Amino acid sequence: MIRDSQDVIVKTLSRLLVPFMVIYALYVIMHGHHSPGGGFQGGVILAAGFVLLVVSHGLEQTRKRLSEKAAGVLSSIGVFIYAGIGALCLILGGNYLDYGKLSKLLPVVPAEARSLGILGVEIGVALAVMAVMFTIFLVIFTVGEFPEDDRSEK
Amino acid sequence: MKILSLMTAVLVGAVLIYGTLDMPKWGDPHSPANTHVSPYYLHHSLEHTATPNVVTSVLADYRGYDTLGETTVIFTAGMACILLLRAGRKRRGKGDV
Repeated sequence: MIRDSQDVIVKTLSRLLVPFMVIYALYVIMHGHHSPGGGFQGGVILAAGFVLLVVSHGLEQTRKRLSEKAAGVLSSIGVFIYAGIGALCLILGGNYLDYGKLSKLLPVVPAEARSLGILGVEIGVALAVMAVMFTIFLVIFTVGEFPEDDRSEK
Repeated sequence: MKILSLMTAVLVGAVLIYGTLDMPKWGDPHSPANTHVSPYYLHHSLEHTATPNVVTSVLADYRGYDTLGETTVIFTAGMACILLLRAGRKRRGKGDV
């Protein structure tokens, strides 16, 4: 299992780097309307921040911030946000994923509502991608070990 | 049996390659996709979705259903990893201890 690294340089650098990675990931997600980017790319960058945390600060420290269970729930929530926005458009009288109908709920014209709907599903995609990437990394990284049982012994 | 499988694979491959011969050339400006669909998206994307990035508007709005499927595929991949790898871990844990 990856334990807390004793290297001051690695720990300090990663502590400095991770917030900027998260900010950049959020920028990529939110700025997908104007520049290359979007939910998939931003979600992977977010997950990379967590992977850097695992490598530098160890599994236990990272688990305190995002446990495997929470990651599983987050990935479901991401897909649910996407499908839920689609179903919301259905309830409001449009086709499935017809974001223009969201203008009935939001004080904007249909075109702007489409833009916001795109942003909503991008956030859902980002959550799902981030959680799934982190989950796959953790599961493959800890294969053959039993961290859930180890924790009580140490 | 092996030869039969090989024959089937080669035959299907040949049929598929024959099928691609009729397709328009890569990047052909006169192909159906480039004469109807793409110009429509390029011209109307901004007024329909108020999104300057056409790629995003096609990905998440015009082809939103496809992207929902992609997200579901990623979600399924994650769940499959958990189910396959963690199930082995639990079983081995019980046997060893």
